[in-house]
Amino acid sequence: MSELLIAGGRVVDPARGVDGRLDVLVREGEVVAVAPDLARGGSYERVLDASGLVVLPGLIDMNVQLREPGRSADETIASGAAAAVRGGFTAVAVMPNTEPAVDDEAGAEFQVLQGKRAGKAWIYPIGAVSRGLEGKALAELAGLKRGGAVAFSDGDRPLRSAEMLRCALLYAKMLDRVVVQHPEDYDLAKQGVMHSGRVSTILGLAGKSAASEQVMVSRDLTLAELTGAHLHLGRISTAGSLELIRVAKHKGVRVTCDVTPHHLSLTDEAVESFNPCYKVDPPLRTQRDVEALIEGVLDGTVDAIASDHAPHSPEKKDVEFQFAPSGVIGLETTLGVVIEHLVHGRGMPLTRLAELLSAGPARILGLPGGSLAPGAPGNVTVVDVDGAWTVGPEFVSRSQNSPFVGWTLRGQARYTVVDGQIAYAAEPAPAG
Amino acid sequence: MKEAPRAAWTRRDLLGLRELSAEEILSILDAAQGFADISTRSIRKVPTLRGRVVVNLFFEPSTRTRLSFSLAAQRLSADVLDFTTGSSSTVKGETLIDTAKNIEAMGVDVFVVRHSAPGAAAILSRNLEAAVVNAGDGAHEHPTQALLDLYTIRQKLGRFEGLHVAIVGDIGHSRVARSNIWGLLKLGAKVTVVGPPTLVPGRFAELGVEVSHDLDAVLPQVDVLNMLRIQRERQGTLNFPSSEEYTRLFGLTGERLKRAKPEVIVMHPGPINRGVEIAPEVADGPNSVILDQVAAGLAVRMAVLFLVSTGTRRDPPAQLPGVTSPGEAS
Repeated sequence: MSELLIAGGRVVDPARGVDGRLDVLVREGEVVAVAPDLARGGSYERVLDASGLVVLPGLIDMNVQLREPGRSADETIASGAAAAVRGGFTAVAVMPNTEPAVDDEAGAEFQVLQGKRAGKAWIYPIGAVSRGLEGKALAELAGLKRGGAVAFSDGDRPLRSAEMLRCALLYAKMLDRVVVQHPEDYDLAKQGVMHSGRVSTILGLAGKSAASEQVMVSRDLTLAELTGAHLHLGRISTAGSLELIRVAKHKGVRVTCDVTPHHLSLTDEAVESFNPCYKVDPPLRTQRDVEALIEGVLDGTVDAIASDHAPHSPEKKDVEFQFAPSGVIGLETTLGVVIEHLVHGRGMPLTRLAELLSAGPARILGLPGGSLAPGAPGNVTVVDVDGAWTVGPEFVSRSQNSPFVGWTLRGQARYTVVDGQIAYAAEPAPAG
Repeated sequence: MKEAPRAAWTRRDLLGLRELSAEEILSILDAAQGFADISTRSIRKVPTLRGRVVVNLFFEPSTRTRLSFSLAAQRLSADVLDFTTGSSSTVKGETLIDTAKNIEAMGVDVFVVRHSAPGAAAILSRNLEAAVVNAGDGAHEHPTQALLDLYTIRQKLGRFEGLHVAIVGDIGHSRVARSNIWGLLKLGAKVTVVGPPTLVPGRFAELGVEVSHDLDAVLPQVDVLNMLRIQRERQGTLNFPSSEEYTRLFGLTGERLKRAKPEVIVMHPGPINRGVEIAPEVADGPNSVILDQVAAGLAVRMAVLFLVSTGTRRDPPAQLPGVTSPGEAS
């Protein structure tokens, strides 16, 4: 019998309207009880002292790339799962843009199996919408679901064909799964490598306009409304996209969306350094967009924050800006950036933090968890909200391409509990 | 060299004109003036950089810029190496930084870098001990071209303050236009960029220039016309329908030039597409200073190679741009 009592922490569980000093008892991988002063009532196999810490339902990152199969030099499921628990994530949803793509039952099953072997964070495959991510023919979505896929997406390749998306939405609706789209119009985005604006004009780098995202968001929302299916728009980056989503939600369209930590904390001005660690898709936008995204996070228009963890080994990433692959790692910094910038910086309540990083993703993907209700999985993240730490330069991830190296952040996972087991424990913070 | 350069110059690199002050730009032009005399001597060589090594690291085809830099280095008695290769993310699998570091290990003092990627020179300056001179990085900057344009303007018109300069052509894709814009604005000139809106985005107004799509309306107002080369490969795409139509709207013909001030000077960074952006009678006519530009290029590049060899590299700024601080505007 395995038994763990997380004692004396401030438990924040918005799904159950809980916010208070409570003890959490996890037994045999399940939450058994959340109540005051359980610690006083008896003896337990293992007790974690969470006094002064915040206890959240296990965090879930719904947009991660782990490069397995195909590019294990950049990341594997094992290294990614270890990076996840270090960052406080008890579960991650993995994009299918591997080599080969995860576009069939066996591919999804392989990732689930590798996740079990790694024994850290839970791994949920997101299956491809189209065979080989080619955007031409539907993948076997029901087979993918059987293999363990929790959603369908062509990852960083938006579905160009409107008819393709329409059919995918209908089919996914039948299977009670969400389609995740990263909206971008290829023609308008052209060969852009950064946001099209004042900075790209100065630097002479080809730009992707805000319109290249918003045109696709408009189209996708129209199709979500048409089909009545659940569409999730991933890594939204512009004020205009958010406004379109806000209006659609108001109309009752079944749409949800997420944003990344880097789009909440960096602007296109960072590209002036020509440092490829600031090259991401969609590109870093303007201060006005950052403000709008933060507003959307605070007012509930944004349903989740996801890292868009995209590992690239240094020899691929440390090249000329325009030749560098897009993407940054984020599993180990997302919690810190969000707590520093939004909780401390903007006074965001911790209930909202739990919503964005746990309850929201669980609801969008239909996962167990996202709450500490009795019977829920024993996945718990214990967070030090105030302790400051410095990012990098070393990471658990196999890749080091973080834009946050050297930043001092408040907010860090102290214990990450998966299946009732302590999957990660930080060194205790030095006294004083 | 007789005239000492102004005290303003302390840099080890020349990456672009945007980061320079007006004083620094003028110090290069002054130094160039001193070096220009050397070309008129019977022995056209000085020992200034004897024992130093200058390497031309060119990842893009270029004839005149490379020749101009080579000759400038040779006149300063430096040893010159040429490394020319195709532009891609790697050379035989080797990254830009590795390529440059390998060459630096041979004992190189100055890198002259031409590359299709914006920021290539900046990346090298961060990774090398040697001085770095940007000889063109994508559509970003081409500082020595702009400096020789400025030198020519000062030589012909004697001032910058109050001058109105039109830069005509494919501004959006042009490093020459960007470097000229920064240099001219810092020195007090007014700049209008002219061309079709597909090649001259309205956003250039945010840089402090005027944007026009009507050359005939601009012509009577300007003191300098800088006609940029039109890339024929862009015709028939969405940028512009044909070079014939481009010439009809934006080509500088003898007939059109009559609308301009009689003393206007006509510049072109070369190579010229005769009959496209500029008619032969204008390129060879009395208002043209195109060959003066080429001569100025040699003096300017001698000055730049000399100045960066004496400079020191500054520490990078402590605060990076684009990082929003938490709680901003809260």
